[in-house]
Amino acid sequence: MESVVHNHWSPLLGRLWWDAVPTEPIVLVTFVVVAIGGAAVLGALTYFRLWGYLWKEWFTSVDHKKIGIMYMVLGLIMFARGFADAIMMRLQQAMAFGGNEGYLNAHHYDQIFTAHGVIMIFFAAMPFVTGLMNYVVPLQIGARDVSFPFLNNFSFWMTASGAALVMTSLFLGEFGQTGWLAYPPLSNLAYSPWVGVDYWIWSLQVAGVGTLLSGVNLIATIVKMRAPGMTMMRMPVFTWTALCTNILIVAAFPVLTAVLCMLSLDRYLGFNFFTNDFGGNAMMYVNLIWIWGHPEVYILILPLFGVFSEVTATFSGKRLFGYTSMVYATMVITILSYIVWLHHFFTMGSGASVNSFFGITTMVISIPTGAKLFNWLFTMYRGRIRFELPMMWTVAFMLTFTIGGMTGVLLAVPPADFVLHNSLFLIAHFHNVIIGGVVFGTFAGINYWWPKAFGYKLDPFWGKVSFWSWVVGFYLAFMPLYVLGLMGVTRRMRVFDDPSLQIWFVIAAIGAALIAVGIAAMFVQFGVSIMKRDQLRDETGDPWGGRTLEWSTSSPPPAYNFAVTPIVHDIDAWEDMKRCGVQRPTSGFRPIHMPKNTATGVVLAGLSAVLGFAMIWYIWWLAAAAFAGILGYAIAHTFNYKRDYHLPAQTVVETEDARTRQLAAAGA
Amino acid sequence: MSATTLDAATPKASPAQITAAFYDLNEHDHPEGGSTMLGFWLYLMSDCLIFAMLFAAYGVLGGNYAAGPGPKDLFELPLVAVNTAMLLFSSITYGFAMLAMAKNRKGATQAWLLVTALFGMAFIGIELHEFAGLIHEGATPMRSGFLTAFFSLVGTHGLHVTFGLIWLFTLFVQIGAKGLIPANQRRLMCLSLFWHFLDVIWIGVFTFVYLMGML
Repeated sequence: MESVVHNHWSPLLGRLWWDAVPTEPIVLVTFVVVAIGGAAVLGALTYFRLWGYLWKEWFTSVDHKKIGIMYMVLGLIMFARGFADAIMMRLQQAMAFGGNEGYLNAHHYDQIFTAHGVIMIFFAAMPFVTGLMNYVVPLQIGARDVSFPFLNNFSFWMTASGAALVMTSLFLGEFGQTGWLAYPPLSNLAYSPWVGVDYWIWSLQVAGVGTLLSGVNLIATIVKMRAPGMTMMRMPVFTWTALCTNILIVAAFPVLTAVLCMLSLDRYLGFNFFTNDFGGNAMMYVNLIWIWGHPEVYILILPLFGVFSEVTATFSGKRLFGYTSMVYATMVITILSYIVWLHHFFTMGSGASVNSFFGITTMVISIPTGAKLFNWLFTMYRGRIRFELPMMWTVAFMLTFTIGGMTGVLLAVPPADFVLHNSLFLIAHFHNVIIGGVVFGTFAGINYWWPKAFGYKLDPFWGKVSFWSWVVGFYLAFMPLYVLGLMGVTRRMRVFDDPSLQIWFVIAAIGAALIAVGIAAMFVQFGVSIMKRDQLRDETGDPWGGRTLEWSTSSPPPAYNFAVTPIVHDIDAWEDMKRCGVQRPTSGFRPIHMPKNTATGVVLAGLSAVLGFAMIWYIWWLAAAAFAGILGYAIAHTFNYKRDYHLPAQTVVETEDARTRQLAAAGA
Repeated sequence: MSATTLDAATPKASPAQITAAFYDLNEHDHPEGGSTMLGFWLYLMSDCLIFAMLFAAYGVLGGNYAAGPGPKDLFELPLVAVNTAMLLFSSITYGFAMLAMAKNRKGATQAWLLVTALFGMAFIGIELHEFAGLIHEGATPMRSGFLTAFFSLVGTHGLHVTFGLIWLFTLFVQIGAKGLIPANQRRLMCLSLFWHFLDVIWIGVFTFVYLMGML
């Protein structure tokens, strides 16, 4: 395909012109389908008069539970988009042999592998972990909300705005063609002149601010809002992993913000941070982005380690084995994750001593991680294991993640990495840990906490269909990539010459198709469960025999979570309460201090998306207006001092009386 | 653990006693804004990391003059010394504003805030003057890696001071309207942290960029 020059600019629309509308048939068809689907959804919302409800009850809500659910919905939508990219790549690579060019041209294919990585990490996995932490942490520590409820709403909408910018790039302009971390000099203006890299920069910048603020929020929540008696060493393990994750977020995301700013200055103002000439240094970019990027992978996995800990203890009917060692292992991983970043570019030429240091620190991480795995195994040992869906995902994780961990240790050996760097072996490795860890963990978490969030369990049949399709599909899709990587096939290839490789790509494509079945089955599972919710209903609030405080309240919990704050005496606080036969208070309720809903988060994040869009397209007047709007609206917001109210005691009494009747009917 | 404590203390605890041991029946509202100082401090630490990255970039690129001017050709230490004095004085006067706040003297608090703002604006004015001079000499950020890192580091600090000034004036108006209510006292504390933090960053800039550049 000949390279197209986009050099139109007007004061009113900047670079935005007719040539921004894609002409590639695949994108065009996608656009039409999405437009029709989108119009149908918007039409349905209007027809059923749901806008007011959504706006009042969800979009402007500062309730951590609703924000958590919105994060999960965002993550699922973006996960579907990211998977569409994945299956297109698998199909292309299975086809493009022996002179066959496949069905994707280079410009399109390069955007797809870039978008796949960016979307899966930033807009699927991050919303999943943030959503789980947002929903569960305040409940687990016996709190009524997070420390800064408005900030929480704002953080969510910043993440959603970033996702909206990425989605816009599909139909207006292009996305980056640089790979998900946009290394310069390729991402410099000279080599990526149009809007692709700018979409990448601004979507991550906007979403990154949201992630950082949500990190600050959750640390403050965990440090300051725990129920009386919950010392640090009595916190549930999921809360511990959430604390460490958010410490990592606060310590890593500013680095991303800074490095994106530097790349922006290079691209917009001609600075020389990463340029080839005038004293720039592209290798500095690679260092800086991975100083954020390596902690990022632990930001993703640590909360899921917490999920697996909760699930294993609950479904083995035992206290978690080695609680203290689990906590220390989490902290050690938190610290070590900062001193391994260089293993992402051993081949850049830092020298043997530096490579050895980072190789060793990387290998050392497998020690606390191994300790965790043994803790889970010993928890199961002589436990009364119930293989419900969350536990099934946990066992699949333990097997899969161990394989991924071992190939990771292999890659940590610098001489081996010189052979395997940038090969499909690496791709197989990190999908092995991210799918086996983060994705399986998210599904364990969804199946585990869905009854808490909605008051009924998920349908086990479709859950099992999804589970087996996923697990088998994963191995079919990624084990061939290990083989290909060992044979020297590099990543991000669009066409191949050697016909003997094709069979492995065909197997991988079949695996991806099976994963597609797994994803479809999961959405069917949600649909079937919603329809059969009366059969799947749980009246007790504690359907699994849970051990931590979120199971002590009703499902779904009331807006205030706990009518009376629990007092904690032990690690598994709720298990302890059940053992002591504690009766929940049924009278003496007081008014509860609550934060008010606000539209400020939606407005500020919406303006941030406009600012990003204007910067991407060089629409300078709009960028200035959006910036002024953000500043003005934020200042105006600070003049509102009445941000809270008291939920009257009468409302609490009515809610709790209903709960008492519900429990009596359930015979609990 | 609690089971044993409970059993030992009250062998036959009544259900009401057990409930009272496990539920905070006499709970009071959490003090409003109880997490604010911690949250803001966490934010400041994240901001500190942005500066750490800019310092690191300066460390890497600071010697890349690309056959252009270096620090010795460009920096005027007397001017920077005056500038530094402006910022340090502004920190002292902000401290006086906080002392006045502690004594609940609204007028004095506002007056010291204004003095702080004047010093802050003087700092920004001198910095802009310095930048204008450099650009006039052709030492633009586009000229070399060194100048890119220099302008980005010093400019980011300057932007923070500018933002602090906007915040300061907003707070000035809010104290005028609402007085030294607890919410405004909390905001003054946050701005205080922010303002002194920028001072600390500037001492790093002054030392590593200007002084060591002139060695």
